[in-house]
Amino acid sequence: MPSLKNFRGLLLLPAALLTGCDLVLLNPSGAVAAQQGHLIVVATVLMLLIVVPVMGLIVLFAWRYRNSNSRATYAPDWDHSTQLELLIWAAPLLIIIALGAVTWISTHTLDPYRPLQRLDARRPVAAGTQPLTVEVVALDWKWLFIYPEQGIAVVNDLAAPVDVPITFKITASSVMNSFFIPTLAGQIYAMPGMQTELHAVMNHPGDYDGFSANYSGAGFSGMRFKFHGMSAGDFAGWVQKAKADGKVLGRADYLQLQQPSEREPVRRYATVATGLYDAILNRCATGNELTPGIRDHQCSTTPN
Amino acid sequence: MLDHPELKRLVLGRLTWDAIPFHEPILLWTFVAVALGAAGVVAAVTYYRLWGVLWRDWITSIDHKKIGIMYVILGLVMLLRGFSDAIMMRAQQAISFGHSMGYLPPHHYDQIFTAHGVIMIFFVAMPLVTGLMNFIVPLQIGARDVAFPFLNNFSFWMTTFGAALVMMSLFVGEFARTGWLAYPPLSGIASSPDVGVDYYIWSLQIAGVGTLLSGINLIATIVKMRAPGMTLMKMPVFTWTALCTNVLIVAAFPVLTAVLALLALDRYVGTSFFTNDFGGNPMMYVNLIWIWGHPEVYILILPAFGVFSEVVATFSGKRLFGYASMVYATVVITILSYLVWLHHFFTMGSGASVNSFFGITTMIISIPTGAKMFNWLFTMYRGRIRFELPMMWTIGFMFTFMIGGMTGVLLAVPPADFALHNSLFLVAHFHNVIIGGVLFGMLAGITYWFPKAFGYRLDPFWGKCSFWFWITGFWFAFMPLYVLGLMGVTRRLSHFEDPSLQIWFQIAAFGAVLILLGILSFIVQLVVSFRRRESLRDTTGDPWDGRTLEWSTSSPPPAYNFAFTPRIHDTDTWADMKRQRYIRPQDGFNAIHMPKNTGAGFVLAALSAVCAFALIWQMWLPAGIAFVALLSAIIVHTFNYDRDFHIPADEVVRVENARTHLLAAHV
Repeated sequence: MPSLKNFRGLLLLPAALLTGCDLVLLNPSGAVAAQQGHLIVVATVLMLLIVVPVMGLIVLFAWRYRNSNSRATYAPDWDHSTQLELLIWAAPLLIIIALGAVTWISTHTLDPYRPLQRLDARRPVAAGTQPLTVEVVALDWKWLFIYPEQGIAVVNDLAAPVDVPITFKITASSVMNSFFIPTLAGQIYAMPGMQTELHAVMNHPGDYDGFSANYSGAGFSGMRFKFHGMSAGDFAGWVQKAKADGKVLGRADYLQLQQPSEREPVRRYATVATGLYDAILNRCATGNELTPGIRDHQCSTTPN
Repeated sequence: MLDHPELKRLVLGRLTWDAIPFHEPILLWTFVAVALGAAGVVAAVTYYRLWGVLWRDWITSIDHKKIGIMYVILGLVMLLRGFSDAIMMRAQQAISFGHSMGYLPPHHYDQIFTAHGVIMIFFVAMPLVTGLMNFIVPLQIGARDVAFPFLNNFSFWMTTFGAALVMMSLFVGEFARTGWLAYPPLSGIASSPDVGVDYYIWSLQIAGVGTLLSGINLIATIVKMRAPGMTLMKMPVFTWTALCTNVLIVAAFPVLTAVLALLALDRYVGTSFFTNDFGGNPMMYVNLIWIWGHPEVYILILPAFGVFSEVVATFSGKRLFGYASMVYATVVITILSYLVWLHHFFTMGSGASVNSFFGITTMIISIPTGAKMFNWLFTMYRGRIRFELPMMWTIGFMFTFMIGGMTGVLLAVPPADFALHNSLFLVAHFHNVIIGGVLFGMLAGITYWFPKAFGYRLDPFWGKCSFWFWITGFWFAFMPLYVLGLMGVTRRLSHFEDPSLQIWFQIAAFGAVLILLGILSFIVQLVVSFRRRESLRDTTGDPWDGRTLEWSTSSPPPAYNFAFTPRIHDTDTWADMKRQRYIRPQDGFNAIHMPKNTGAGFVLAALSAVCAFALIWQMWLPAGIAFVALLSAIIVHTFNYDRDFHIPADEVVRVENARTHLLAAHV
C-alpha cells in the first residue's frame, strides 16, 4: 500500500499530543499490532480531512450568521443548490471509497487466520519457517496455554521467542472470552465448542500484558496473564523450567483445573494428556455425564 | 396453608426471604430512600386529592399528548436510575486499583453495568424517543390523535411495567450479571442459574410488546392520518424520521422478542438453541440480537436527527437546506441499518471477506449521515441564528457527534476493531453518539416543545447551566476513555493493577460529577420554570416563530388538537400560513368525534407484569392465574363498545373563543 506511506508525517501529530501515556495500541511491539495501530492512525487522518473543515464551518457559520449580525446576508428561502448537494454527498463518498479500499486490503492482509507473510515491515518470513503453535483455552477465570510441540502447558503465563511466527488456536471451556495481548496483535474471541485462530509475531523482548477482553463473569477482572517475548535461548530455558518443576496435566487434573477460580498463580505442567486440547474443543472434557450416544460419536477419536 | 412444601413451591416458587438484600447496605439504603420518596408522593397525591385526577386524566388517558408526556417523564425518571448506576461505576473504577478493591464486589458491580445499559437504552432513550414522537407527530401532520388511541395507552403501560420490573430486581432478587445483551453461554442456565437473567428477559419482553405496538400505531398514524395536501414529500422531517424509526421498530423488535423467547426456552425447559452442547450455537444468539440491536441504535438516533432538523430550521429562521436529500438520507440509513450487524463481532472469527463487507457497509452509512450534517450546516448558512437552548443543544450535538461518528467509522475497519473492540475506546464511542446524538437530541426536543406541551417556556438560565455542565461533563467523562482504550484497557473491569491508569479514571469520574450537575440543573430548571410559569407563559402558541403545523395551535393544544383539519400546501406549513396572512376561523365549529379514555391498557399491562414476575420466580400457580386473568381481561375489553364520544360544538366554541381572547389580549 504505497499510498499510505504519504501519511507518515501526519502520524506524528496525534502521537505528539499524547506523549506521556503509554498508548500501546499505537506503539506496540508486535508486527501485526503495529500494522493495526498504523491503520488506526491512517483511518483517523483520512476522516479528519473532512471532520476538521466541517467543524471549522460550524463555528464560522454559527458566528457569522448570529442573529445580532445584521450585516450578514439573510436568505430565508434559500434551501436548495444542486451543485452544493452533489458536493456534500460526494465528499464523504470519496473519503469512504478511499477508506473502503484500505479496509478491504487491510482486512485481508491482517486476517487473523492468515499465516504471516512478514516478521515486520522490512523482513519477510523466510521460506520453510516453522511457526510456534500455542493452544489457548479460556477457563473460568484463567488461561491455559498448551504448547503441543514442546509438550508442556502453563496457566496464566505465556512466552514466545521473538521474530518467530506464532499460531494460536483458541477455544474456551464454558463461556465466551476474548484473547487479547494488545502489544502483540488484535484480539479474537475464545468460544466454547469453537476454535478461532490468530497468527502473530513478537518483535521485541519484554514482559507484556495479556487478558480477556470480553466480560465473562465474576472473575473477569482478574483474568490476566503476562506475555513474555524472549530470545530463542531464553525461551528454551522457559520451556525447560516447565519441564523441570512441572506436574502432569491429565484429564482428571484438567477437570479439577476448569472449576471456577480467580486470580490463579502461574502453574506449569511438564506433560499434557494426549489430545487434551481437541477433547476440550469438541466438548469431550466437560466432566458432565452427557447422553452417551452423542458423546460417543463426537469424542470417539480422542482417547480418554 | 403454605406448610406443604409442594404447595409452597407452586405458589412462591423460588422466592424466599433470602431474595431481599438485607445484607447489602447500599441496596438497603436505596430501598429506604425509594420507599420514603414513594410514601411522600402517595401522601402528597392524597393530600391534594389528586388520585381521581391522576386516574381519569392521566393513567386512563388515551390522548396522545398526555401519553407522550408520560413517556418523557418515564424516560427522565429512569435516567436518574441509569445515571446512579453510571456514577457508581465511575466511582468504583476511580478507586479500585492495586490493593484497593473498591466498594463494589463483582457480584454487585456486574449487575450495575448490566442494568445501566439495559435501562439507558430501553427505559431512558426509548421512552424519550417514543414520547416525543407520540406528542409531536399527530400535531405535525394535523391529526387529532394517533390511529389506535387505546393501543397507545396500552403500549405506554407495557413499557412502564417493564421498567417497574427492572426496578423491582433491585430489591427483590437481583438483576442479570451478563452485560446488557446477555450473551449466552454466560446468560444460560448453567452460568446464570439465578433470577437475574429472567428479570432481564421478562422485563424486555413486556416492554418490547409496548414498543412494537407503538411502532405499528405510529406507522398507521403517519401513513393514514396526514392532513389533506400533506404528501409524503411535504411531511416535516421529524415526522419522516419518526416514520423510518417506526418501520425499523416493526421490523426489528420481533427479532428481539424471538431471540429472548428462545433464550427463555433454553433456561426454562432445557432446549438447546444457544447452549454449548447438543447442537446449540451461542453465536446464533449474537447474530440475532445484533440484527435487532443495530437497527435499534438507528431507531434511537433518527428521531434525534429529526429534532435537530426542526430546531436548526426554526432558529436559523430559514427553510431546511436540502429537504429531499435529508429525506433520502434518512431512508438510506433505514435500509442500510439492516446490513451492518456483524460489525459488532468482527472478532468472533468471520472470514476476511465477510468482515470487509460488513465494515464497508457500515462506513457507507456515514455518507448519508455526513450529508445530513452538511444539510444542517447549510441551513445555518445565510440564516439569522438565535442561540436559544434548543439551538445550543443542536450545535453541541454537531460538534460532539462528529467525533463519535469518526470513531465509529474507525471501529468499522475490521483490523482496527480487532485492537479496539470491547475496549474503553468502544465505550467512549457509543456514549459519544448516544449522549452526543440521542440524548442531546431529546433534550433539544424537550426544551423546544416544552412550551407547546405545558404552555410556558423553560427557564433559559438553568437550561444553559444544564447544557454547559452536560457538554463539559461529557468531554471530561469520555475523552479519557478514548485514551484508555488506546492504552489497551478493556471494559467492564471492576479492578485494575496498573496504577498509571488511575488518573484517567479520576478525570472520567470528575466528568460524571459534572454530568450530575447537568442533570440537577435540568431538574432545577423544571422547578424554577414551573414557579415562574406566568412570566414564561406562551400565549401565542408559537413562541419560537416555528415553521411546522404544531405551532399553529394553542399551547397547550386543546384535546382535539385542531378545530378544523388544516390544508397543507408546503413543507413548512405554518411558516407558509403565516406568510399568507392566515386568519384563524372563529365560527362554524362542529362537534368533534374523539376516543374515550379507558383503564384497560393499565389493567392489561399490570396483569402482564404480575404474570412476568411470577414466571421470573417460577411461581407457576400465580403465573397461570395471572395469564388466565390477562386473557379474560382482553376478552372483556373487546366487549367494551363505549369507546368514543363527541366533544359538543358548544365546548369547541368555548375553547376556541377563549383562545381568540387570549390572542387578542396579547397582540
